Amino acid sequence: MANKIPRVPVREQDPVVRATNFEEVCYGYSWEEASLEATRCLNCKNPRCVAACPVNIHIPDFIKCIVEGDLRAAADTIHLDSSLPSICGRVCPQESQCEGSCVLGIKGEPVAIGKLERFVGDWALEHSAEVESVAIEPNGHRVAVVGSGPAGLACASDLAKLGYKVDVFEALHKLGGVLSYGIPEFRLPKDRVVAREIAEVKKLGVRFETDVIVGRTLTIDSLLDEEGYDAVFVGSGAGLPRFMGIEGENLNGVLSANEFLTRVNLMGAWNPEKSDTPVYVGRKVVVVGGGNVAMDAVRTAKRLGAEAVIVYRRGEAELPARKEEVHHAKEEGIEFRMLTNPTRILGTDDGWVRGINCVEMELGEPDASGRRSPQEKPGSDFVIDCDVVIMALGTSPNPLISSTTSGLNINRRGCIEADEMGVTSREGVFAGGDAVTGAATVILAMGAGRKAAKAIDEYVKSKR
Amino acid sequence: MFKIVEKRKLAENIYEMKVAAERVARAALPGQFVIVRVNEGGERVPLTIADYDVEAGTVTIVTQTIGLSTRKICALEVGDSLADFAGPLGRPSEFVHMPVEELRKMKYLFVAGGVGTAPVYPQVKWLKEHGVECDVIIGAKSSNMLIYIDEMSKVGNVHIATDDGTQGYKGLVTGLMTELVEGEGRKYDECVAIGPMIMMKFITLTTKPWGLKTTVSLNALMVDGTGMCGACRVSVGGKTLFTCVDGPEFDGHQVDFDEAIRRQSMYRNQERTAKENYEHNCKCYGE
Repeated sequence: MANKIPRVPVREQDPVVRATNFEEVCYGYSWEEASLEATRCLNCKNPRCVAACPVNIHIPDFIKCIVEGDLRAAADTIHLDSSLPSICGRVCPQESQCEGSCVLGIKGEPVAIGKLERFVGDWALEHSAEVESVAIEPNGHRVAVVGSGPAGLACASDLAKLGYKVDVFEALHKLGGVLSYGIPEFRLPKDRVVAREIAEVKKLGVRFETDVIVGRTLTIDSLLDEEGYDAVFVGSGAGLPRFMGIEGENLNGVLSANEFLTRVNLMGAWNPEKSDTPVYVGRKVVVVGGGNVAMDAVRTAKRLGAEAVIVYRRGEAELPARKEEVHHAKEEGIEFRMLTNPTRILGTDDGWVRGINCVEMELGEPDASGRRSPQEKPGSDFVIDCDVVIMALGTSPNPLISSTTSGLNINRRGCIEADEMGVTSREGVFAGGDAVTGAATVILAMGAGRKAAKAIDEYVKSKR
Repeated sequence: MFKIVEKRKLAENIYEMKVAAERVARAALPGQFVIVRVNEGGERVPLTIADYDVEAGTVTIVTQTIGLSTRKICALEVGDSLADFAGPLGRPSEFVHMPVEELRKMKYLFVAGGVGTAPVYPQVKWLKEHGVECDVIIGAKSSNMLIYIDEMSKVGNVHIATDDGTQGYKGLVTGLMTELVEGEGRKYDECVAIGPMIMMKFITLTTKPWGLKTTVSLNALMVDGTGMCGACRVSVGGKTLFTCVDGPEFDGHQVDFDEAIRRQSMYRNQERTAKENYEHNCKCYGE
């Protein structure tokens, strides 16, 4: 019988302190805390959490292993369906997936599935040396993977386990894709988590090559026709930032969240002692948008010493960001201006941002996305003074690959057309993650990478 | 890591380096650039490609010490390595895609300013290899700042302009252009200008009344150079484009140069402080 105790709280850094540093916000569960929280799981016969997980992790099973104190079994259970538990436990929107459908959540608090997953994932990373590596028989086939983000990592590791020789090509100088350039250190530690997850993939024999921009340094055609790969997986993500197209957007001090976060995370500008890359926050930063990237940007700006504000055109209930991020941001003193839409960025005489002109919004009928569409309140203009404006309006896939690969179909939004298994219009070319869906989540990209690995294996076998 | 296999000083504070980068050498075309990172913690610096050798697997870059990162790059010697050398980036020059018959009818005027002479070289060389002889104006403040004169003379008809008249025409490149076009009555189908933003701006103002199509290569600020950050936004014909993926070459008559020049100064204060700190440390440690 399940333990009817309240959800075990997770220890976090004090909001006042953490708003000035880049250390991880959440400390995660200890073994004792995790064991206690695990006893809350009802082990439902028809587990709704499993159905709600994009990759259908056997959640009650791994939680049961925690209760039994067998963390190795817990890790093995998760690994059946997910290659990146330490990461997904930290960045998945659990409230709208597993935890959102937990039966306990109807009357009280759902089981802290995300925190338990993270606990097991971290334990597995710390104890990975204990696992004897099983010699994998090479099958004589080679696959190229484009991009070292969640989709590429998952695809590469599954293929390596099947005996493929896998080469991963990364455009940037650092591996990890959005895990490295996008998500900040305080939410996803780079050395302790991301680098170690990548090290696990390397242990399988996967080879990584940085500074290779597929579409420029080489092409998919050349990988297949000249370099002799049997198949290519494209997991190049969605890296092209959107802007609003409003007046003043090219003033000095207006930047994309991608630029801001890349400077701080990838280039390490948060630590000027070790990095030559500059970043500018001024006294006050306005971040436009309401997704996870907006939260990451605004909380980063705050940590760099600026007063930081979120401006979002819909209401708080419509914020697409994870609930936990919104909650953390508020604790850290971020100001939220909901139902507010920028119309114009104001500049000084010499072209630097001095403020942002906004209008108040009200919510009308639900639109195609099911969210109530915001409409301007006439005559409600007002100005927020600021020196930096960061646009966090979403991203779309980079056209470099689609424009240089013959026979690869893309849709109207610039995404590569691929079926459920990652099969594209071009024989031998598979794709998954944000490059196919547009900006989505780490877990969906990871799941797509794994499905494509299966499809690639079937494709290569069928050709033998 | 990308090894430096040759290095020479071209002028005060301007160095040429040949870097072993086989993949880049194989893919490079005129008009493209690379992103270079000197070491862990270094900036990603966009540098134009000055030459490439497919057989040797090398790419040539020319760097002028302007800020901290370019100083660090120029401080490297033969045998040292750059941490990263990614490319080729950007679109190749338009003429690369033109049918040869059409190309051979074209009269090009290249105008190179200072360190911008380096990226002009592979363009003129490529055209020469495809049977097109071009006029090339090379400009600098003074004769000791002129670079690539010998190399360029082998592939194009070189005209020199120096601000102080120590070599060639005395005055700005725009003055020499006017002399060639209005004075000597030379006819061109296209002008390609590469150099400091302010020079390119005045070249486009000069060629506008002649109705001479003018292509410029912009050296905007960048972080990734692959279309991810948008730091290199530029207004071209009223539209916002990314220098890294839509350029770096644009129709100069459509470019908003005042905005582009202003945007280049975004990090000037931080860059100055970083350079001063570096120079101070160098002195302290007797480097």
